[in-house]
Amino acid sequence: MIASAAAFAFACFAIAVLMNLWKVVTAPLVADRILALDTMFINAIALMVLYGLALGSEIFFEAAMIIAMLGFVSTVAYARFILRGNIIE
Amino acid sequence: MASLFEFLVAAFLVIGGIFGIVGSFGLIKLNDPMSRLHAPTKATTLGVGGVLLASMLHAAAFEDYFSVHELLITLFLFLTAPITANFIAKVHIHRQESRDTMPPAGEDDHWATHDTPQDEEQRNANRTGAAQ
Repeated sequence: MIASAAAFAFACFAIAVLMNLWKVVTAPLVADRILALDTMFINAIALMVLYGLALGSEIFFEAAMIIAMLGFVSTVAYARFILRGNIIE
Repeated sequence: MASLFEFLVAAFLVIGGIFGIVGSFGLIKLNDPMSRLHAPTKATTLGVGGVLLASMLHAAAFEDYFSVHELLITLFLFLTAPITANFIAKVHIHRQESRDTMPPAGEDDHWATHDTPQDEEQRNANRTGAAQ
């Protein structure tokens, strides 16, 4: 039961990452591209946690934590660069 | 009793997966850039929260350890999602909108994010003029 539910969740998040990738490539506005990239980071966290759950391994939670922090910092840096032309003034 | 936990973990996984795919589909489907912000920042974050909850329950029920990593990731995501949404909204407001295309700002002349140094000087001049 858990295995089939995990397979369903894997499929959902894989399709979600592909849709985000499509939007990163084709979005007309720069804000949409940043948003799609941020969503891709969040979906990648979900995929890593699912993989850790499927393997029963703890090591993926540290990786997911690092990806969460990097995703937040990089989104803020992109937004600041677009807004101000500079990241640290 | 194990079957109840099994059912709960499977239910959280399925709900999380559905929320995740709905969030990313909304990013493609919605027309207005400001409404496109809602789908990923709310639905996808909730989907990841469901998966993390399922993982935490799985570790506690079947592998005999309590893991706080998932709790940390969930808290971090739920704290930072509004901040990133605010930043992206500001990017959109300053790149695509001007004072004239924004909706009315109530009793003020314009939205505070479109304030310029000239506006602030004007306000200070009005305030000192009114005080005298």
